[in-house]
Amino acid sequence: MADQITLQVARYRPEEEASPTFQEYDVPCPKDWVVLDGLNYVKDRLDGTLSYRWSCRMGICGSCGMTVNGEPKLTCATFLADYAPGPVRVEPLRNFPVIRDLVVDIGDFMRKLNRVKPWIVRKDHKPLSEGEYRQTPQEMDEYAQFSMCINCMLCYAACPIYGLDQEFIGPAAIALAQRYNLDSRDEGARERLEVLSEHEGIWGCTFVGECTEVCPKNVDPAGAIQRYKLTAALDSLRAFLVPWSAR
Amino acid sequence: MSERLAPTEYHPRWFRRRVSTYWWLERRSYLAFILRELSSVFVAWSVAYLLLLVRAVIQGHSRYDQFLAWSSRPFVLVINIVSLSFVALHAITWFNLAPQAMVIRVLGKRVPGPLIMASNYVAWAISSALVVWLVLRT
Repeated sequence: MADQITLQVARYRPEEEASPTFQEYDVPCPKDWVVLDGLNYVKDRLDGTLSYRWSCRMGICGSCGMTVNGEPKLTCATFLADYAPGPVRVEPLRNFPVIRDLVVDIGDFMRKLNRVKPWIVRKDHKPLSEGEYRQTPQEMDEYAQFSMCINCMLCYAACPIYGLDQEFIGPAAIALAQRYNLDSRDEGARERLEVLSEHEGIWGCTFVGECTEVCPKNVDPAGAIQRYKLTAALDSLRAFLVPWSAR
Repeated sequence: MSERLAPTEYHPRWFRRRVSTYWWLERRSYLAFILRELSSVFVAWSVAYLLLLVRAVIQGHSRYDQFLAWSSRPFVLVINIVSLSFVALHAITWFNLAPQAMVIRVLGKRVPGPLIMASNYVAWAISSALVVWLVLRT
């Protein structure tokens, strides 16, 4: 195995240049090094001006999502040795505006996430003295898969619909809405439906399925969206056939 | 929904990569998706062709013979062969995606995805066998 591997890193310095350029760095390539280790090596030893996001190094924080050789990846879970003999091209996440080098603006996603109320909504809160809201393992199983989302936004980078239409609310926001809708303790499905049944909500999705393919936590946002479409369609049908049953 | 980005003192400008017109050629999965979307046109043609066939049958023997003669012309044959392959692609891709869209529970347990997929294929095979039986019966 090669001792070194070349990283071709996208650089964008808005005060100096109008569009990104690539800069090459040779970094060590031991078999346990991930792309993020390579970037940290560059930052620490070769070029301190390189900007990128990272935090936990263990696939939990969702900060280090980047485009590695054209694929959206968590750089903390993508081994350099898998790309030997290289080079490895590291670019910022696609479909997001680039602030600097590998750092993208995530404000759009954060605003969309907030709109779907990704928290437990209750009409009435029972007093603390009555204890916690209990849940059976089966009830937890309903939403557990969607609760694995770490907001890494790889699904947005892989989604051509979001690339073409920035108004689309996007895969992770819908999957997280579904995570709370399917939670037996939650009562906010109606409020979320108003946001998700908009044209830019679930109906924007044409089921390309790449969000599910690139998800590092096996959340299956594409599945969540299709199931939500079925729920919304049945809800509309029910409202049409039995209008007095509207909640 | 999304707020437009405005430059600030510390963010003089953002760079947004333009989506290429040929984005659907960038990945195999994107191409497969576009072909699946395109297959809808051929599904619509198949329905129109079936309606034309039904109309010809209703209008009598000579109209039916005319329809058969028209159907055997090379360009109609080519259209129908292409349509058949796209309709098959449409059916197969949607059958394969069905488990993602359907959550079915039997006795409290979730039916595994491959079983949902297989049940679609079995239903397809049964209906095809029924059609073959109807055609060959006479």
